[in-house]
Amino acid sequence: MIGGLFIYNHKGEVLISRVYRDDIGRSVCLTGFTGRWRNAVDAFRVNVIHARQQVRSPVTNIARTSFFHVKRSNIWLAAVTKQNVNAAMVFEFLYKMCDVMTAYFGKISEENIKNNFVLIYELLDEILDFGYPQNSETGALKTFITQQGIKGQTKEEQSQITSQVTGQIGWRREGIKYRRNELFLDVLESVNLLMSPQGQVLSAHVSGRVMMKSYLSGMPECKFGMNDKIVIDKQGKGGTTDDPGKSGKQSIAIDDCTFHQCVRLSKFDSERSISFIPPDGEYELMRYRTTKDIILPFRVIPLVREVGRTKLEVKVVIKSNFKPSLLAQKIEVRIPTPLNTSGVQVICMKGKAKYKASENAIVWKIKRMAGMKESQISAEIELLPTNDKKKWARPPISMNFEVPFAPSGLKVRYLKVFESKLNYSDHDVIKWVRYIGRSGIYETRC
Amino acid sequence: LKVINCCVWDPSGEIFELKAELNSDKKEKKKEAVKKVIASMTVGKDVSALFPDVVNCMQTDNLELKKLVYLYLMNYAKSQPDMAIMAVNTFVKDCEDPNPLIRALAVRTMGCIRVDKITEYLCEPLRKCLKDEDPYVRKTAAVCVAKLHDINAQLVEDQGFLDTLKDLISDSNPMVVANAVAALSEIAESHPNSNLLDLNPQTINKLLTALNECTEWGQIFILDCLANYMPCDDRESQSICERVTPRLSHANSAVVLSAVKVLMKFMEMLPKDLDYYGTLLKKLAPPLVTLLSAEAELQYVALRNINLIVQKRPEILKHEMKVFFVKYNDPIYVKLEKLDIMIRLASQANIAQVLAELKEYATEVDVDFVRKAVRAIGRCAIKVEQSAERCVSTLLDLIQTKVNYVVQEAIVVIKDIFRKYPNKYESVIATLCENLDSLDEPEARAAMIWIVGEYAERIDNADELLESFLEGFHDESAQVQLQLLTAIVKLFLKKPTETQELVQQVLSLATQDSDNPDLRDRGYIYWRLLSTDPVAAKEVVLAEKPLISEETDLIEPTLLEELICHIGTLASVYHKPPSAFVEGSRGVQHKRLPARAGSCLLYSPAASHFMGAGLGVAPAAMPASLGGAPAVGGGLGDLFDLGGGVGMPTGSYVAPKTVWLLAIKAKGLEISGTFARRGGIIQMDLSLTNKAMSVMTDFAVQFNRNSFGLAPAGPMQVLTPLSPNQTIDVSLPLSMSGPVMKMEPLNNLQVAVKNNIDVFYFSCQYPLSLLFVEDGRFYRQVFLATWKDIPNDSEAQFQIKDIHLNSDVASNKLQGSNIFTIAKRTVEGQDMLYQSIKLTNGIWVLAEMRIQTGNPNYTLSIKCRAPEVCQFVYQCYELVLKN
Repeated sequence: MIGGLFIYNHKGEVLISRVYRDDIGRSVCLTGFTGRWRNAVDAFRVNVIHARQQVRSPVTNIARTSFFHVKRSNIWLAAVTKQNVNAAMVFEFLYKMCDVMTAYFGKISEENIKNNFVLIYELLDEILDFGYPQNSETGALKTFITQQGIKGQTKEEQSQITSQVTGQIGWRREGIKYRRNELFLDVLESVNLLMSPQGQVLSAHVSGRVMMKSYLSGMPECKFGMNDKIVIDKQGKGGTTDDPGKSGKQSIAIDDCTFHQCVRLSKFDSERSISFIPPDGEYELMRYRTTKDIILPFRVIPLVREVGRTKLEVKVVIKSNFKPSLLAQKIEVRIPTPLNTSGVQVICMKGKAKYKASENAIVWKIKRMAGMKESQISAEIELLPTNDKKKWARPPISMNFEVPFAPSGLKVRYLKVFESKLNYSDHDVIKWVRYIGRSGIYETRC
Repeated sequence: LKVINCCVWDPSGEIFELKAELNSDKKEKKKEAVKKVIASMTVGKDVSALFPDVVNCMQTDNLELKKLVYLYLMNYAKSQPDMAIMAVNTFVKDCEDPNPLIRALAVRTMGCIRVDKITEYLCEPLRKCLKDEDPYVRKTAAVCVAKLHDINAQLVEDQGFLDTLKDLISDSNPMVVANAVAALSEIAESHPNSNLLDLNPQTINKLLTALNECTEWGQIFILDCLANYMPCDDRESQSICERVTPRLSHANSAVVLSAVKVLMKFMEMLPKDLDYYGTLLKKLAPPLVTLLSAEAELQYVALRNINLIVQKRPEILKHEMKVFFVKYNDPIYVKLEKLDIMIRLASQANIAQVLAELKEYATEVDVDFVRKAVRAIGRCAIKVEQSAERCVSTLLDLIQTKVNYVVQEAIVVIKDIFRKYPNKYESVIATLCENLDSLDEPEARAAMIWIVGEYAERIDNADELLESFLEGFHDESAQVQLQLLTAIVKLFLKKPTETQELVQQVLSLATQDSDNPDLRDRGYIYWRLLSTDPVAAKEVVLAEKPLISEETDLIEPTLLEELICHIGTLASVYHKPPSAFVEGSRGVQHKRLPARAGSCLLYSPAASHFMGAGLGVAPAAMPASLGGAPAVGGGLGDLFDLGGGVGMPTGSYVAPKTVWLLAIKAKGLEISGTFARRGGIIQMDLSLTNKAMSVMTDFAVQFNRNSFGLAPAGPMQVLTPLSPNQTIDVSLPLSMSGPVMKMEPLNNLQVAVKNNIDVFYFSCQYPLSLLFVEDGRFYRQVFLATWKDIPNDSEAQFQIKDIHLNSDVASNKLQGSNIFTIAKRTVEGQDMLYQSIKLTNGIWVLAEMRIQTGNPNYTLSIKCRAPEVCQFVYQCYELVLKN
């Protein structure tokens, strides 16, 4: 299991160090605290943080000790072990650790960590025992790790805390009350594309998330339904004489999905229904991935021409491919330029375009664009003559955007709330649903 | 201690100030002071001098302050053991606190203090906390047992904590169950032979129930533990798989990977024609693909694991090539891994796409990645014959870029392509020669020289080219020197007239001026060959070369099997067994996949059939008389304390391979082999050698009926064709589920091996020790009664001659082969060892071995209800003791 956990700043100075196992740095056993971990801590600093090369692996083995690390802005989190631990678990834990810290004090920065080090130690003590991850749901943790000291807890309150931390529904406490029961549901999709210069789709997929904010009283039982092809087909067979072609269009094929731990997986496996008792506040209910029948909101058509050895002519056309009534926003097209670019002239029909020398790219921004429209940019790039034999690698043209629909075609069919003990019904809950499609890695080779 | 305190270097008076603050009356000030102490501790300052002052703050009802003091204690107690005792009272008191959070905190912290004197005081509070009414305290106490075990294993066993921990597996609270499982698994790892976890269908059922209810981390502990279980038959295996598959949709990637591990392992036992087997295969692909949309670090872990899974079961991901396409912004470690998997998945169906991608990658920035991409193109050419031509032309395009490292890498792979497809692509040689000057890496130079030598007759200026390398002969690396030597000799054999001078020059350079023995030796061999018999030289140097195989980088099958058992862990990331990077006893055990179907030997139909023939004693009858009654008769009773066995078993003896099938009798196929029992699995280790001129493929194996129903547990895994003069080692797992027929001799086995040429038959004999099971330890109380019960005429006596071992070493050796010494008695300088053996079909064998000090001849008496086995048991004794 995890033997120790360290947090470093970008210089490699230790901000937090918590040793769980004696085997870490056992070889050097000097006096007291410093001697015990000095060895492992230094090894990581020298070999990873101060290494000249870019990181070649997130797992490093130095002197029979394994270091796992993740980086958040310029802070390094490292877990150390001498055993054959579950590597996936260690990384999941490190991410979780970041989530918990963010939930308690916001951004993970050197200053925040220094200001909250007592709290971090307290958290580390609670969520990692002898290197075994324990309940790390912030909802539960916040009931008893508060930094204000727990005063005057009654016996009932104490046992409520412990039963929640260890219980089956570790993510929600009892006795939550809201005057207005509300639910916010965001379907966030990122659409990924890799297209050849000729316009052939090399790969495309949508990775989506269903984010939920729930403000519900009591212990509500929820049921979530979407236009999942498997479910719709099953119902179609059930009896209604729906036109099969029609139902085929309305449903989508989900390649795979994963769920928040509140969802009853065995029920999904057997009946493909998504039922759960939700955590309070914001959380990610599910993630999914689709590859079939994706609506690609934009098409990029590049044209690059080399004119002699010192000039490039670039023309890029973008076409929007969705209902004219909808508006795409925050559109950005990034056209890479060679390293030996000396000057660029750009003309675009719409939006603003600029050559950014530091990024080696022309960045073309358009605030809004309706569906079924087309726009164009052309640029002349002057090059310095070089002796470099190596050809320019021509990185792909990438795009960013946001559209108000789900490119996968996913639709929320229902979200039902049942709370038998309290006096509110599904109709009393106010529900909000929103679809946002964003570009993931949306690239066209040129 | 006082002296030390005075000596602490404290220039700013910081320690002194803190000391004053710690002793302040005001609670807030105290707390702030402790915070400052912890802050100093974190940055590495030595604040151990404040130990007594900090410990004084421990008695408080402020939980936050208490936690801080505990944190300090955990770090410094070891360096100040005497003072740490001061804290014990508070700990013990806190373990009785009405607040469960405080009770848990106390027991959690106490376990982290590694001071012997304190551990003694820990036992009583821990015992109470393990039975606490509050689950939060129990789950903390469960982990504490593991902590205590790490400090003092003996103490944990003596105090009976392991049993309490086992009881917690049936706890009503899922988190308690999960932590107990985690703690037990870890403790069991350091006791490889103990049956600590005692996994049986009932416990498995409990674990599967808890799996649905506990936290994500708990699910990981439970799944990792489940993976160590060996289901009894394929039905049980299937039902566990069914209950584990829902985990594949969990948001936590570690849960998914651990579930994949369980499924990959238990799938081994399912018959391939089962519908469910196909369903399961289909269910595995989507979650594996989903792992690739996780954060980069997890993607890396997933890809390393997918690399293993693809090698074990290529069918799972064969349609998913596209998801492994590299993205421009992937971190380099993700890119390199994806590339590896792309090559593994490359096939005729997708090769066009793959090649287009690889060409794209070869123009990227990162040198390592580009090199690997170029190498990948070469590997595709070798793997997919239909694509070879396209690959070669792609490589030529890349050579035209003139990027130095691309050119060099391309030449190295083109050499391999020439090896695979001789006399097919010589037209490209001219292009290669143009780049001769730019090659500065030994591997590329060596490859180029090889090509020139190999095709010397078609390159007009081959002599000039090779001569140009000769100028700086001594500055070249050994690899290049060797190639140059061979290439010039080849050239000479092909064009003897013009190159005599050149060959003489290189021979003298190699033999006279070099201090590299390999080079000298090779030089001398060529020289003598050329001077004595040029025709023979031609036959040797220009001999037809065996074809190279496509999958040279596959992980060796036994290692692959072991790594599959470690999916998700560091071992699967490093692609190394745990023993390669873990110190001490942990992880030294090698895990293995279960054998397909019917591995539950005792209850297999074959076994009962054999017993039905009137042999053997029903196995279930044996342990029945377990009662506490001391053993009857003689002085035996007080000697029966050998139960635990002496030291570690040395492992079973495996005879060296002997030739079973001669090449002349089998159209060039030679088979040698031996039998082994490894971790309860019977294996037939075979070496197949191709002594014919053509490639052999399509191997299969079958056994004739035999005395114990031995049968191959799966098909023989010969993945690559066997080229001429190549030898492949295969391990064939055997099961006991085959048809039974008594053979003469009893341990005779008739085998049929088929390949693309013909079917061949041979027979071999296996040592009976192959069938000695791991749980063959007889209950000593019933040993004597059974001994008496078996009629004397079934007793056989043998002499084992010329053994120079003392009785302890002998019994230790025997135990390695599952011959268990259950008692020892010494009478008048004569050691009597009482031993028991159980065969896979439930037959018990009892033995008495007499060893006289100074006499190298042992006397062995064997009793068994099936007297025909005695002779073979004796052979095993002799085999084991003499080796």
